[in-house]
Amino acid sequence: MLSIKGLCAKVEEKDILKGLDIVVRPGEIHAIMGPNGSGKSTLGNVLSGRPGYEATAGSVTFKGQDLLALDTEERAREGIFLAFQYPVEIPGVSNMEFLKASVDAMRKHAGLPGLSSVEFMKLARETSKRVDLDVAFLKRGVNEGFSGGEKKRNEIMQMMLLEPTLCILDETDSGLDIDALQVVANGVNSMRDGNRSFIVVTHYQRLLDYIVPDYVHVLAGGRIVKSGDKSLALELEAKGYGWLEDEVA
Amino acid sequence: MTDFQHLALKLATTQRSPDWLKDLRERGATSWSSAKWPTRKTENWKYTPLAPLQSAAPARWASTAGNDWQNDIELMDLDATRLVFVNGQFSAEQSTALPAGVVRFADANADQRLLIEQKLGTVVDAERHLFAALSNAWANDGILIHVARGQSLAKPVYLLNVSTPEAEPAVSNQRVLIILEDGSHAEVIEHYVSADSEQNGFVNSLTEVVVGNNAKIEHYRVNLEQEDLLHVGGVHVNLHRDARFHGFTLAQGSRLKRIDYQVNHRGEGAHLELHGVYLPRNKQLIDYHTNVEHCVPHCTTNEVFRGIIGDSAKAVFNGRIHIHPKAQKTLAELSNKNLLTSPTAEIYTKPELEIYADDVRCAHGATISQLNETSLFYLQSRGVTRAEAISMLSFGFINELLNQVPQQAVQDYLRPRLTTLFGKGSELVGQLAYE
Repeated sequence: MLSIKGLCAKVEEKDILKGLDIVVRPGEIHAIMGPNGSGKSTLGNVLSGRPGYEATAGSVTFKGQDLLALDTEERAREGIFLAFQYPVEIPGVSNMEFLKASVDAMRKHAGLPGLSSVEFMKLARETSKRVDLDVAFLKRGVNEGFSGGEKKRNEIMQMMLLEPTLCILDETDSGLDIDALQVVANGVNSMRDGNRSFIVVTHYQRLLDYIVPDYVHVLAGGRIVKSGDKSLALELEAKGYGWLEDEVA
Repeated sequence: MTDFQHLALKLATTQRSPDWLKDLRERGATSWSSAKWPTRKTENWKYTPLAPLQSAAPARWASTAGNDWQNDIELMDLDATRLVFVNGQFSAEQSTALPAGVVRFADANADQRLLIEQKLGTVVDAERHLFAALSNAWANDGILIHVARGQSLAKPVYLLNVSTPEAEPAVSNQRVLIILEDGSHAEVIEHYVSADSEQNGFVNSLTEVVVGNNAKIEHYRVNLEQEDLLHVGGVHVNLHRDARFHGFTLAQGSRLKRIDYQVNHRGEGAHLELHGVYLPRNKQLIDYHTNVEHCVPHCTTNEVFRGIIGDSAKAVFNGRIHIHPKAQKTLAELSNKNLLTSPTAEIYTKPELEIYADDVRCAHGATISQLNETSLFYLQSRGVTRAEAISMLSFGFINELLNQVPQQAVQDYLRPRLTTLFGKGSELVGQLAYE
């Protein structure tokens, strides 16, 4: 589904990713861990096409296409979804309107008819229940005055509505209490269908108790320095990252 | 005197105006003819040349153009007392019955005349507002809204001012006097509009408002005239003890559109809430000058103006808040945010706080920016095209203020018009009805 080969990327003239390789097959969950500044968030941003995050070498193939050649919105329509580490507040545009614009764009791309307002609102209400977000949040400006946890739940709700092929969760667990963490994890788990894949970027092993990864990769200095199964996350939790950096050096 | 000053005075002599307005007209004519015509060096008109007025010097009064406009212009959908003016001429046919207290100057009874005589021209300082002097010189017909002590108008008053194109450039003069006695309440919507077809008129409009002790008004001034109509107008307000003025204004279009708001806090505990939006495009110019005088203690002002300036349009925002030495415990905030959507668009913004009291809390700020790239990326990452995202964010920037408009009919009227203004993406927003 996703094949990243030798990916190098820079942000504001600074080289961040320096030859990253990952292959994600349908249905898999990959966790990416690593110390601060190792390039974890950069990876998600490069994959989703954020301006200022420039791929300088390597290739990314997504469902057989050259992902890096696509515009941001085309990537989204092809099934890439980035759950933001810091979701953006957009006062004046209601959450409901924003969600409908997104869903309409996706459906149009897929050759499906747009949903009527009534159909959409029904769907939005049902989905907001799944992430335990009060329906009142649908009427408010996008993320406007939402708490950290509410913003993250709103991200998961968007993920559910847009039904992407590849979900990238960028430190979705940061700033969440245990209850919200479980809501997020349940949301992700409920979306596992054997085909949909996930890249879960996190600092903490805790999230991986709830979202169990098939692979754990350690990103350091812009490269994957070690890969393993879920036990690697536990090892990191116990030993930190220092030993890996030593090992690589 | 300039040619335009001459012409305007000559026009005044062609009016058949009532005797009881004679004094005011004479005073107006004197101020007008002795006034120095603004140039680029005149601070209040620095960025707003009056050249269009000189070049298209209107030499006659606009005539009533009948009802031709009705196919082109949609009214706000609200249950209101409606007064319709076409090119400044009252249209009885289009207007509804008037409740007690709402009357044309021409139909005023003796008491009402006395009130008009006493109050008209007293809220505005015509020595400092050139076009108010002209309005006084031209004082003729107008609307009086007088709400008696403790009373509330059962319905909003909807003043619809329609401009239609004339064979030759013509002027109209619109005058509104609102007097709210103590403890009373009114809602007034001034709606200026024209058909899309080419306009060539000049509208001079002046509204004076006296809000008595503990009285309250929601006031709207919506200026949607098209390209070529020139408009200079003002809203001048005196607020007495615990009075409340909630104002909303929106302007679009025109080569020259200048609107002044002057609000005087005269009694303790008064509150001013003033929100404004300006949206010039093409080669239009919109200029808002606001001035709030805090003369007494314990008053509050919250003023928020936002503009989106596109193409080669220009906007001017000058917001002054003046806190006099006695006005302790004042709370005043002024915010002005602008979006430029084209490299040739211009904004001249100047928030001014003048504080002469030492125990006050005041803040002011102005920003000029492009749309936030992170917000654009956020929308695009959800499948929305960049063009649509730009429209959505632009609309949202204004919709934030629209959402706070107390009168739903005003919101409902403006929102779809703004979405057409902002293009495709904005049609996606603002139109979802909630249960």
